[in-house]
Amino acid sequence: MLIEFGKVFVFLLIAIVFVIVALIAAKFIRPARPTHEKMLTYECGENPIGTPWVKFNIRFYVVALIFLIFDVEVVLLIPWALVYKGFGLGGFLVGAIFLFMLGLGMAYEWRKGDLEWVKPKVILPTLKNVQVDIKEDAAA
Amino acid sequence: MNIYDIVFYLFAAITVLSAFFVVTTRNIVYSAYYLLFTFFGVAGIYVLLGADFIAMVQLIVYVGGILILILFGVMLTNKITSVEIKTGSVQVVPAAVGVALLAGILMASMVDTKWRSVETAMPSATTQGIGMLLIQQYAIVFELLGILLLIALIGAASMARK
Amino acid sequence: MNILQIIIFTIVKILIVVTIILLAVTYLVYFERKISAWAQNRIGPNRVGWHGALQSFADVLKLLLKEDIVPDAANKPIHTLAPIIALFVSFTTYAVIPFGPNINVFGFSVPLVVADVNIGILYVLALTSLGVYAITLAGWSSGSKYSLLGGIRSSAQMISYEISMGFSIGGVLLLSQSLRPVEIVQAQSGWMWNAILQPVGFITFLVSAFAETNRLPFDLPEAEPELVGGYHTEYSSMKFAGFFLAEYANMFIASALIVTLYLGGWQFPYLDHFGLSNGWFAVISVITFAIKVAALLFFFIWVRWSIPRFRYDQLMNLGWKVMFPLSLLNIIWVAVLIMVFKL
Repeated sequence: MLIEFGKVFVFLLIAIVFVIVALIAAKFIRPARPTHEKMLTYECGENPIGTPWVKFNIRFYVVALIFLIFDVEVVLLIPWALVYKGFGLGGFLVGAIFLFMLGLGMAYEWRKGDLEWVKPKVILPTLKNVQVDIKEDAAA
Repeated sequence: MNIYDIVFYLFAAITVLSAFFVVTTRNIVYSAYYLLFTFFGVAGIYVLLGADFIAMVQLIVYVGGILILILFGVMLTNKITSVEIKTGSVQVVPAAVGVALLAGILMASMVDTKWRSVETAMPSATTQGIGMLLIQQYAIVFELLGILLLIALIGAASMARK
Repeated sequence: MNILQIIIFTIVKILIVVTIILLAVTYLVYFERKISAWAQNRIGPNRVGWHGALQSFADVLKLLLKEDIVPDAANKPIHTLAPIIALFVSFTTYAVIPFGPNINVFGFSVPLVVADVNIGILYVLALTSLGVYAITLAGWSSGSKYSLLGGIRSSAQMISYEISMGFSIGGVLLLSQSLRPVEIVQAQSGWMWNAILQPVGFITFLVSAFAETNRLPFDLPEAEPELVGGYHTEYSSMKFAGFFLAEYANMFIASALIVTLYLGGWQFPYLDHFGLSNGWFAVISVITFAIKVAALLFFFIWVRWSIPRFRYDQLMNLGWKVMFPLSLLNIIWVAVLIMVFKL
């Protein structure tokens, strides 16, 4: 068994060496002429405004939290799945109860709206919205 | 010293060095990054011990789940103005005393213990064995784990909602 | 076989596999451009080489010669490490994917897989979860709003679909009783492909694979109209090439993985009844594997040019409210199937 892992280890080493060599090799042949404008963060041609580390929705954190729990459940279910064939109804019940618990957790999240994502509000253009512009245009 | 030992010391060095950097670096994102290597080294040591399933679980759960959560937490921190988020040290003296005591206890138990080193046959695959135990002997524990995770899920979600 | 022979065979196999991946990925880019051109009634690349066949090599050369621009606001060490992780992950996954049965070389029986690890599928899952870091850290370290939003979107998307991916694999494991990819392939002999026995699991895995590789319709991390380039907005030169190659290499892995798990791997149905010699058997098996992978790759490209991009809330809803329950139901379905038909 360790020999197979040894092969994986050799593969990992070769991959690291290959990737780093590929990145370093380019360093010797490419130009490097930095200017102030080049080093600015891209923001559609304007000068960048404010900090790049903008605040984002807490939902992302909640998703990561829920993911972590279900990830553990996946990992726990894998040994069960491997030996299930030999056990018949008993094995089925063990797994089914576990899966039921899992489903219960998901149902709770669903019901409480933790799986909801903010939907974009679509504002359809109506005559009212557009009229303002027309009036201003007429005045000018 | 055979190749097994060399690989073991390599992984041990990765683990210890990166763990050292986790606590000494002042940039939180860097510490999260070094933690990645610590988990990786620990997974390597698990593989060398013949615990293949645990090694992969270590990577899937710790690297794939917990560390991502930590990174998200760091990124969600309010007072970010640059990529360098610094941490400082406070209460140096009590911490030093605590660390010295803990280190003493650990060292003492390490020296006092009579380590048995027995050449054991490498298990071919551990996952099936774990599955057998989960279905037969520890079926109740398995279901309890399910309930525990359910409670953790509900608790985590209701805390995050606040 | 002594240890030296094992090492030599392993290194030769690794070098062959890496070369094949690099060539396959280069031509995958070319074919993507050709097929997209065909789908949109254009000509596509046709200047470099015969019908533009050398276009991808010219592109790589061009990227090698480009200046590497790292913005001042970026965090340089992490900015450099992110593409390294991306490439590392996409290459090392191939270590456990078998592309043929055992063959005889100089009197040794050599399996056509780099490392026949007994927890191969978990290894793939572990590397997939490592792959999230490339994009998250690229987004975080670039010092650009677009990159950050792209990176965070992408990591949330990838972890969401990782769950349904894991549960879909659970269905496969129920039938194969092994985490070794070779045994999973052998368990699907004849017509007993997992895609036929558990079509729901096949579909959830396929959709999750699309989401994991960030391919359209799930390419929100780099949705051009809203995020410029997403997580690789601030990448140029070889680092950009790294992300670009990794994306296509991931597509290749995803296809190979789907073939291994659901489409019978290298097996040509009932080939062992034809009475072929060992050599021909191996050749036909490898070709079968290549054809299956190529068909899936075509499917990937075909979908990209046929289906528009999802909105983010639709994407997360699909992941958590459709794919996740379906993959759970799939496990129950397979468990009942085994109990009733004693498969």
